[in-house]
Amino acid sequence: MLKKDKGALACLAFLAIVVLMAVAAPLITKLSGWGPYQFDSAATNSDLGGVPHGALGGISGSHWFGVEPQNGRDLFARIVYGARVSITISLSATLLTGILGVVLGMLAGFYRGWVDQVISRLMDFLMAFPALIFMIAILSSLPAGNRPVLLVVVISAFGWPYLARVIRGQTMTLANREFVEAARASGAKGTQVVFREILPNLRGSIVVMTTLAIPGYIGTEAGLSFLGVGVSPPTASWGQMIASSVSWYSVDPMFFAIPGAFLFLTVLSLTVLGDKIRTMVDQGVAA
Amino acid sequence: MSDLFVVEDLTVTFPTSRGPVDVVKNVSFTVGRDDTLGIVGESGSGKSMTALAVLGLLPRGARTSGSVKLDGIELLGKSERDLRSVRGNAISMVFQDPLSSLNPYYTVGLQISEMYQTHRGGSRRSARQVAIDALDRVGIPDPARRVDHYPHQFSGGQRQRVMIAMALCCSPSLLIADEPTTALDVTVQAQILELLAELQSTTGTGMIFITHDLAVISSIAQRVLVMRSGDPVEYGTAEQVFSAPRHEYTRMLLDAVPRIDDEVAL
Amino acid sequence: MTRYVLGRLGSVVLILLAVCLFTYLIFFKLSPDPAVMICGKTCTPDRIDSIRNVLGLNQPLLSQFWEFLRGIFVGRQYGSVHCPAPCLGYSFQTNESVWSMITARLPVSVTVAVGAAVLWLLAGVIGGLVSAIKQGTWWDRSAMALALGGVSVPNYVLALVLQYVLVVKLQVLPFPAAVSFVDNPVVWFESYLMPWVVLAVGYACLYARLTRSNVIDTLSENYYRTARAKGLSGSLIMRRHALRPALTPITTIFGMDFAGLLGGALITETVFGLNGIGKLAADSIAKNDQPVIMAVTLLAAFFVVIGNVVVDLLYTALDPRVRVVST
Repeated sequence: MLKKDKGALACLAFLAIVVLMAVAAPLITKLSGWGPYQFDSAATNSDLGGVPHGALGGISGSHWFGVEPQNGRDLFARIVYGARVSITISLSATLLTGILGVVLGMLAGFYRGWVDQVISRLMDFLMAFPALIFMIAILSSLPAGNRPVLLVVVISAFGWPYLARVIRGQTMTLANREFVEAARASGAKGTQVVFREILPNLRGSIVVMTTLAIPGYIGTEAGLSFLGVGVSPPTASWGQMIASSVSWYSVDPMFFAIPGAFLFLTVLSLTVLGDKIRTMVDQGVAA
Repeated sequence: MSDLFVVEDLTVTFPTSRGPVDVVKNVSFTVGRDDTLGIVGESGSGKSMTALAVLGLLPRGARTSGSVKLDGIELLGKSERDLRSVRGNAISMVFQDPLSSLNPYYTVGLQISEMYQTHRGGSRRSARQVAIDALDRVGIPDPARRVDHYPHQFSGGQRQRVMIAMALCCSPSLLIADEPTTALDVTVQAQILELLAELQSTTGTGMIFITHDLAVISSIAQRVLVMRSGDPVEYGTAEQVFSAPRHEYTRMLLDAVPRIDDEVAL
Repeated sequence: MTRYVLGRLGSVVLILLAVCLFTYLIFFKLSPDPAVMICGKTCTPDRIDSIRNVLGLNQPLLSQFWEFLRGIFVGRQYGSVHCPAPCLGYSFQTNESVWSMITARLPVSVTVAVGAAVLWLLAGVIGGLVSAIKQGTWWDRSAMALALGGVSVPNYVLALVLQYVLVVKLQVLPFPAAVSFVDNPVVWFESYLMPWVVLAVGYACLYARLTRSNVIDTLSENYYRTARAKGLSGSLIMRRHALRPALTPITTIFGMDFAGLLGGALITETVFGLNGIGKLAADSIAKNDQPVIMAVTLLAAFFVVIGNVVVDLLYTALDPRVRVVST
């Protein structure tokens, strides 16, 4: 079904490019000639306050996407390296959220009783929390240390309850089905039942929920970097590039447009694909 | 005496990805005043589509041809606006699943009176009284209190009684009951059938009773139409169809009806 | 019913306490010593000690926490400075009580939230409704494609695009300025227009998709068919038997979203320089002004938790099926 859908194919192709950029970043920048941290003062006009030479933010044969105003760092290289940050952080956060959400959700739904009470209250607590304010507060007061790891941990800590809530509900329904009772009657232990009988049946929802979570996490990472508490400079991140373009957008709109477009298209592609996958899973369940 | 309701060559066509498909093919039947016609068939035989086609309630895209006359007036091809004054007023329907057929957000009283007010006008208060009387007539105890209850507060059988009360509140000349007892317990089924028969004898309403279960209509129908994948297979008086079925399919359906001697054989 | 409400309020208090304690613990452990920060450059160990004394920082953590909670109800004394109840703390960086800082900013955040909510409800619900009715037409398909796009734009990107196009290029709007409605309603409206739109777009797109699928589901409900078979007028069918059932669940989601926004739209307020709670949060995080961060976190959690309760109560009022179960 995906193969016939032109929109979905375009999304897939774009994502493939972004992933390729992320994986082969050092190779690609070797080809393009400029690294992400290299200054090129010749590319900017110091008389005009550091605006890039040439039209469209200094797009040229040597700087494919133009350069940053003032210091003249190559935008193409920074976009390529920024893709690395976006992809790594969002995928790691999705993985961690997925594990936490599925395991805790299944435990709460399967064992009920006090296990459910503890996990559910914890979820209520985390979901009541103003996550964004708190993420910023924590990140800004923590030592710079290993920012990407911190970002993943903080994003996942507030993200897993949304998955766990769905998994918990579905586990509760599944736990009453005949095949689960049969497995129990034949002497299987609780953990065996959970992982062998219930987990495979949750595959559809897990796939849908996690695919739809990835674009959200890309947005969150970019948002936190935009607010200055994400990855620390000089590491490139799309959100951070957008943040630094704020003071330039009236004279150098390309500086803003390029990372903005990459961020938007990546999130859009993932959302469209997630939506398609959901439709497919829904139809598969109905059929 | 002229017939109340005459259907001739009714055909319903659905567009599909593989071209148009006829789900009802050249169906003809008549219903007299005081009469009950049973339409029997398995699911997918087109019996419900026939009922919906009569009132112009088919899903979008469906096309109908033929003739449907109530008291000599043609209904097919009437505008939506004209059809509205027929629906619920001259012809009303009772559906299979009473819980999902009633709107959970409104009291049964409002759902009955909104229909009465639409067709007959009058004040809120008088429409409410009509609703109470209608509930009383179908045997809902304490109707003055129950009128303000919501559908989920009634039992399955009572909900179907509410649906019947609603269908009859405007004294229609024809009642179409589409599998009205299928979703109910066997004992409740019998009560609902009894109620329908009783109401029919007092009001003189013509009735079309649609079911997949021949046993159900054997007790109440004067005439029977048997349908199979859109085709009218057999049509005649109940006596003819039950005692001397001409078509093999009817015989098959008759064989599927459990009989007392079957159980003895077990 | 009363017992149910009381039970819910009990859990509200517990969750707020937990949020409070957790925030307190985190900042107690993580942050640099506030006394040193207040003391500034010309600092002596003696001064730090006296500041610690005044703030109660040399007491054990739990008794500090207790003082904080007590302050909310009876007020508090920081040395010579009095912080009247409800005292959410005192910012020595701005020399203001946190409560007065919050009350000064809250109207801005409420204005932003209310305006955006009106916009997204109108656009989302009406758009979704039209799409559902015209299901499968070009309108439906383009509206839904647009909605997917709208969900995917990060709001700061949208904010910058709008500013560039409307303020810099076309010059149809001024840069948002802090003007009160009474002084100049036109400038007030123009200033809030972009923040409203930016905040509303994402929600509007979500609501449009949600409304569409809810309405389509309702149109295939048996009671919708019953309503048609009853011969009711088109508007009555639409109102009672399609919209009411389709939109009731949306009120729940709306309640939660709106409550979440009352605690400040951090990114939107920051980008447009609106002095609301969100910007207050961002600013105080930047300055590491702990009492303010703490209070803003608490306030936002308060809105979310209260919003949760209000939505539950509202739902019992709107859906008769829930109503009977809870009494």
